[in-house]
Amino acid sequence: MHELAICQALIGQVVDVAHEQHASKVSDIFVRIGPLSGVESPLMQNAFPIAAAGTVASDASLHLESTPIVVRCAECSAESEARMNRLVCGACGDWRTTLVSGDELILQRVVVGEVHV
Amino acid sequence: MCDTCGCNVTPAADTHSVEVLKGLLDANDHAALHNREHFERHNVLAINLMSSPGAGKTSLLEATIEALGEKLRFAVVEGDLETENDAERIRKKGVPAIQISTGSACHLDAHMVHHALHDLELDDVDVLFIENVGNLVCPASFDLGQNANVALLSTPEGDDKPAKYPVMFRAADLVLVTKSDLLEVLGDFDPDAAEAGLRQIANPAPLYKLSARTGEGMDGWLDWIRREAGSRQ
Ligand SMILES: Nc1nc2c(ncn2[C@@H]2O[C@H](COP(=O)(O)OP(=O)(O)OP(=O)(O)O)[C@@H](O)[C@H]2O)c(=O)[nH]1
Ligand SMILES: [Mg+2]
Ligand SMILES: [Zn+2]
Ligand SMILES: [Zn+2]
Repeated sequence: MHELAICQALIGQVVDVAHEQHASKVSDIFVRIGPLSGVESPLMQNAFPIAAAGTVASDASLHLESTPIVVRCAECSAESEARMNRLVCGACGDWRTTLVSGDELILQRVVVGEVHV
Repeated sequence: MCDTCGCNVTPAADTHSVEVLKGLLDANDHAALHNREHFERHNVLAINLMSSPGAGKTSLLEATIEALGEKLRFAVVEGDLETENDAERIRKKGVPAIQISTGSACHLDAHMVHHALHDLELDDVDVLFIENVGNLVCPASFDLGQNANVALLSTPEGDDKPAKYPVMFRAADLVLVTKSDLLEVLGDFDPDAAEAGLRQIANPAPLYKLSARTGEGMDGWLDWIRREAGSRQ
């Protein structure tokens, strides 16, 4: 389960942000996950409390936003939504496509509190 | 307004929101970039081998070393975290093998590989194989700094694996259908179906059939290594 390793990396970044902001608490963490990142949202939610324990984010809520899979066709240039194991062009059916979105794994924003200056 | 992106979370008086926009795997990607610089500086071709457990990674390495060991200088980083078995098998062939012994048991990351590199004299290496942990899910998310990803799909696993593990097979630069000597016995593995599954996930990677046991089909793979290694010299 690599989600624990990824949650630990996430917590590392969140702790850095809290530190930069002189914040002692993190209340919300917003992450964008594409299905093709190889990371499963339920497994992230399960791993999160383990990674967050004992850090400024121990009481934080993790908000995961799933991004759509979108491909661009090399043949007809159309952009279309696709499924994980069917990344073919929705317009002409050609398989020579490139991914426009769907593999992201991004820490978007963090809500911090109890700032001490 | 929605619940997921947080635009409706009203901050309390003493809280505020900080935009970050950073990849969760930034630290790993940074280490991978560093590994890549190591490989480039020493003209090393680094190949990340990924597959399910027992698909034949170590056997393929043994057969590859036997076939090309006189022409190319190999080294292997072994991701088997539980035992020294695979590293021992490689060393028996006269090739240096570094065993990675720390980290999570389901995948390698760029830091672990970097650590292993310090035990290798890269000036004496043409081709570095990284045998990842046998797992079709976790290793796919971690860039190691490799020049190429090679995914093995053994015939007993079934030809539908590219569709079932799209993240792994999408990342492959080359797919090897291994244990081709079993095709006849199995009867229901269709290499064309495996290739079709690979195209369905928009991967143009070549797919070769081979058997490390009988040597059948090894030439295509060996030529591929020579070509890739040659283009770096
Ligand atoms: N029939 C047949 N068996 C093979 C072939 N290659 C490997 N095997 C057998 O498959 C089993 C696993 O092979 P390994 O090379 O250890 O596989 P691996 O992918 O390195 O395994 P892990 O590192 O444990 O994930 C062994 O019993 C091998 O003898 C082949 O080409 N044909
Ligand atoms: Mg092995
Ligand atoms: Zn894992
Ligand atoms: Zn098209």
